Amino acid sequence: MDLANLTAHELTEQLAAGKVSSVEATTACLQRLEKTAGLGAYLHVDANGAKKQAAAADERRAKKQSAGPLDGVPIALKDIFLTEGLPTTCGSRILEGFNAPYDGTAVKKLKDAGTILIGKLNMDEFAMGSSNEHSGYLPAKNPWDPTRVPGGSSGGSAVAVAAGSAYMTLGTDTGGSIRQPAALTGIVGLKPTYGRVSRYGVIAFASSLDQVGPMTKDVTDCATMLQTIAGHDPRDSTSSVEKVPSYTQALEQGVQGLKIGVPKEYFIDGMDPEVRASVDAALESYKKLGATLVDVSLPHTDYGIAVYYLVATAEASSNLARFDGVRYGKRVDPGKGLLEMYLETRGKGFGPEVKRRIMLGTYALSAGYYDAYYVKAQKVRTLVAQDFKQAFAKCDVIVTPTSPTPAFKLGENTSDPIKMYLADVFTVAVNLAGLPGLSLPSGFSKSGLPIGMQVLGRPFDEATILRTARAFEREHDFSSRRAIS
Amino acid sequence: MSKEAPIDRAAVVHVAKLARLTVTDAEADALTRDMQSILAYVKKLDELDVREVAATSHAVHLETLLRPDEPRPCMPLEKVIANSPERIGDGFGVPKIIE
Repeated sequence: MDLANLTAHELTEQLAAGKVSSVEATTACLQRLEKTAGLGAYLHVDANGAKKQAAAADERRAKKQSAGPLDGVPIALKDIFLTEGLPTTCGSRILEGFNAPYDGTAVKKLKDAGTILIGKLNMDEFAMGSSNEHSGYLPAKNPWDPTRVPGGSSGGSAVAVAAGSAYMTLGTDTGGSIRQPAALTGIVGLKPTYGRVSRYGVIAFASSLDQVGPMTKDVTDCATMLQTIAGHDPRDSTSSVEKVPSYTQALEQGVQGLKIGVPKEYFIDGMDPEVRASVDAALESYKKLGATLVDVSLPHTDYGIAVYYLVATAEASSNLARFDGVRYGKRVDPGKGLLEMYLETRGKGFGPEVKRRIMLGTYALSAGYYDAYYVKAQKVRTLVAQDFKQAFAKCDVIVTPTSPTPAFKLGENTSDPIKMYLADVFTVAVNLAGLPGLSLPSGFSKSGLPIGMQVLGRPFDEATILRTARAFEREHDFSSRRAIS
Repeated sequence: MSKEAPIDRAAVVHVAKLARLTVTDAEADALTRDMQSILAYVKKLDELDVREVAATSHAVHLETLLRPDEPRPCMPLEKVIANSPERIGDGFGVPKIIE
């Protein structure tokens, strides 16, 4: 078997047994990257740096000084994470040539764990998009069918894992940007509870929604990566002090006696029948494994997208004010004074989707519209969060489809923003409520496209989510199928 | 919000200025069309009576945690300023503000 098709924990076993070296694994990823370059997963590649890091990891191992389960494992990062020594563009032309002066906390933790950084991954500009077609550089393509999108905004992160050019990657999820691309590419992606992972050194999109999370080939790798990055960070006052449990300990304990909530609002007319059938079959499978299915209701689900696109754009319009051509990034100066410099820099530097969202957010926050749009959305957000609280009084986890359809065609949704926004209809509510949610493969369509399901949990109960996901994964081979052989 | 007229092109151009964005004529047309349809879509929130509902700004209760106020070395100036499009001495250069 090609080394690039192993999971990270399979690689770690082979590294520990001395069967392969980190240099060999890194070379395998780089070769796979070359073979799949047309998929557009990467924005920056550091082949030499990665090989050097891998040699150092092999040296540590030879001296029995390995840092832990991820030492020597090649990874890659969404280009939203600040990295010292590698460019960070956030998928935007406005940050072309930007070199961050420090590593973000999640990045530092992964480096300290001995991982090998292959490069930075493609994404929708400033994480705004559901298909990776809003990248300021190039669209990423789905390894299962390159005429289709990989989802977004962490599209490159999903493609790298699915295509084997990294063993695991980090993404960020503001309204589904980890889970939706994970579902569309047949991998595992987890959005942890708001505050579980530090956002220091992550370029902000919508600060009350953004969260960092792992994208991996299977659930075990997801647990290991979360273990590595979770925890309070003095540099991020919104990171939680809640104790980090062991995510790997309970992983194999199964779902016997577990109550799985099934919300009727997530099984709607008009959704793809194959997606529905796949998730229905998964629920049957859980029953056989000893779980109890409980009907729950999340009555405000249908309002999620409207709330999300007001709250997220309002926050984005504030966060993106910092890109003004003064301290970093591109400057376009027509020589007519400061205001003109701001207008031109931002007008030329941002792509159409980012502009659309800044405009919408500015409008929702502007005098006369603030109460009608922004405050109203925040109030409905309360109702969305209450729905989950009531549902979790009756169940331990909730299982839903991740995306209403498998991967759609490139160009299919680009002309209609609302159609594109509805790709996130099953994922945004979790961000609004601050909850953790994981997507894992639940099956494949007849035409061979991956289908994902979501496991949602109570705040800070990632351990139960991971255990639930693992119980399903153990019974099926969906996570072990590879797009590229 | 139900009483508001849908956003028109002049309002779009005004909001663009507030957001410090130049938009071309074609962009203004497209933004008007898109914002009209998005604002029409979010009107569905009017179906709900939220007069008695509190607004949520953060979903998970978090105490604001301040780290101890201890002096630490700050980032070297060269690093801070290395990415600026224009450097004047040890500062960020900007176009002239006062004539």
